[in-house]
Amino acid sequence: MMISKRRGGIAAASALAAVALTVASCGSGGTSESSAPASSAAAQPVTIRVQTFGGGENFGYKNAIAKWNAEHKDIQIKHENLTDQFEQQYWPQMIQWLTSGSGAGDVVGIDEGGMGLAKARSEWWADLKEYGLESRKADFPAWKWENGVAADGKLFGLGTDIGGMSICYRKDLFEKAGLPSNRDEVSALWPTWDEFMNVGKKFQGKVKDTKWADGTNTLYQVVLYQEAAKNGNVSYFDTSNNLIVDKNPAVKTAFDFAQKMTQQGLTAKLRNFTDEWATGTQKGSFATLGCPSWMLGVVSGNAGDDAKGQWDVASVPGGGGNWGGSWLAVPKQTKHPKEAAMVADYLTQAQTQATVFTDFGNMPSNTKAQQDPAVQGAKNEFFNDAPIGEIFAKSAASLQPVFLGVKHAQVKNAIESVIQGMDDGSVAHDKAWQQLVDDAVKAAG
Amino acid sequence: MSLDTLPRASRNTHRRERPPGRRWRSRLDVKAMPYALVSPYFLLFAAFGLFPLAFTLYYSLYDYDLTGTTEWAGLGNYTALLGDDDFWRATVNTVAMFLIATVPQMFLALFLANALNKHMRFRLPIRMSVLLPLVTSVVAVAVVFTQLFARDWGLVNYLLGLFGVDNTNWRAERVPSWIAIATMVDWRWTGYNAIIFLAGMQTIPRDLYEAASIDGASRRRQFWQITLPMLRPTMIFVVLNSTIGGLTLFSEPMTFYNGNPDGGSQGQFQTVAMFVYKEAFREFDYGYASAAAWLLFLLILIGAAINFLFVRRIGGTR
Repeated sequence: MMISKRRGGIAAASALAAVALTVASCGSGGTSESSAPASSAAAQPVTIRVQTFGGGENFGYKNAIAKWNAEHKDIQIKHENLTDQFEQQYWPQMIQWLTSGSGAGDVVGIDEGGMGLAKARSEWWADLKEYGLESRKADFPAWKWENGVAADGKLFGLGTDIGGMSICYRKDLFEKAGLPSNRDEVSALWPTWDEFMNVGKKFQGKVKDTKWADGTNTLYQVVLYQEAAKNGNVSYFDTSNNLIVDKNPAVKTAFDFAQKMTQQGLTAKLRNFTDEWATGTQKGSFATLGCPSWMLGVVSGNAGDDAKGQWDVASVPGGGGNWGGSWLAVPKQTKHPKEAAMVADYLTQAQTQATVFTDFGNMPSNTKAQQDPAVQGAKNEFFNDAPIGEIFAKSAASLQPVFLGVKHAQVKNAIESVIQGMDDGSVAHDKAWQQLVDDAVKAAG
Repeated sequence: MSLDTLPRASRNTHRRERPPGRRWRSRLDVKAMPYALVSPYFLLFAAFGLFPLAFTLYYSLYDYDLTGTTEWAGLGNYTALLGDDDFWRATVNTVAMFLIATVPQMFLALFLANALNKHMRFRLPIRMSVLLPLVTSVVAVAVVFTQLFARDWGLVNYLLGLFGVDNTNWRAERVPSWIAIATMVDWRWTGYNAIIFLAGMQTIPRDLYEAASIDGASRRRQFWQITLPMLRPTMIFVVLNSTIGGLTLFSEPMTFYNGNPDGGSQGQFQTVAMFVYKEAFREFDYGYASAAAWLLFLLILIGAAINFLFVRRIGGTR
């Protein structure tokens, strides 16, 4: 390691400090620029840093922010998408910033997996009620709104997108395999997950160098959230924050499905949100992938413009489910809470969310946006003009929230590693379930 | 403190000869100046070395959750660590990668330095080019090597494929992942060590070689019996330095797995430094991480001691 080589014994002795330094110096590239001082003259525009995560087009704010910046010379938004990976990098970094009192942006995105902890630490957040945002309550489904309210009643988060489910597939590869490629016929191919796997086997028999699915994790999550809806809307924790990985049938069902996928060799063994996964999307290593609405922006961003029209969206086997969705919060440490609240307000408005959906596919949580005819009738150009409004927005009202505990991010990561290990061969199939339970217990401890 | 031991008489003479202001300034000059001059190092050391050291030791005795609670744990973190399979796996990974990377690196650097120590054309540019990998950002290095060692589209697998070897999953299999990371480390640090060796070689008096030549010793014999023994102090420095660097290996394996401190789905190449980072900043278990950092410190001490004893024997009485 570079730093310890230079500082010799000192760094060795304080390995932790050195590690922290390295992380600080390479992990937060370009994010350390401080916002304008509070005392600056009124003429000086205030810069509001919006920090998000996710691959590809992530939160889909590109056009919405350009519009705001053109209209508001006094408040400029600077968007920083920090990393692809929420649990691994974004959230740990954010928590360091939040606990140390500096570094976090003025508006920050939080994935559903971090909301358990965010709700429990209301001292980190500014109270959006102070800026009149209590008035937004009617814009959101009750569960999305309530998840942005901390234990002590502070309103800290406004809903951005929600999950919804679909299967993204490579139209051109389906044609190559002699399968129907029209999205309705494709949806009819797989009423159940078993059928989905059978089609996969057929596909791999025809197209040699392409695997059926990207990896185990994406589809595992899809099944998990479907099953969670059938099992009291809980996944790894019950609503009292007790670990129920070994008791919740939803986890076992999703695990069994992932195991079957790997046993039949239907995956390209790529871990989602890694560089290799993105490259695989680009190069056509796999034909299908579990797609919550926000994944559309990730896929189109990863695949690049050349792949336009190659992709399409079909319905998911086994009915709906709600994977993912995020919130925007204003950290207490911001120097411009008022302006930050205005920006968070703007980014969650029906109009903005509708634009994000029609441009990139992240489904609005704002109910007014969901009812917007432009959203209901939206088509996605990248995905061969798929009627994403029909696929996602119609079911939006019926989506159920899944409860995620305070330690959800850690447990999710531990479980994903086992599922991934099953795929890459480092975990034996017959020992995988036990290891999954053990590792989950360890991560929750 | 020789000044303090001056006989009183001589001090008195000073007093009479100099005006009081100058005397004080001079005393300040002589007594305080050296401290002032060396102080930046010690201040920095206190801030970036001593304080984190004490801080980590303190918190290693607590059950300290970075997001909230702090509770006294005594030696609980240490005993838990010693029974933690993940920690031991990380230790094995670290030591294995250190050996795979460092042993060839030392030989390579030594022979590279020996080659550079000869008279040749364009000596300076060639010597400088050896240092180039070091100047490259570690992230850039990792990006390139991540591509080279990619499973599906990587150059290494492609080249191995020409010889009929199946695609290796460099991130899923333990030994291959060690080799990939060791390659990265070697690429970056061999030149650096070679330059230090070269500097050491240039301090060896030429007449030793001349005398040996007259006695009929071959070039190879001169290398083994003059260069190597004379290089021992340099070698001790380089080996200790590499031990510290190798055992705190972090950036390369971290970037090799997309910045994920797990180091592979089952910790195939997770090092102790990554383990520390993971516990502190992803699991927020700061106390546990602090204890692991101290165990890493012990590991480095042991590693350094072994290497020191080993290197001291090099080129000894033979």
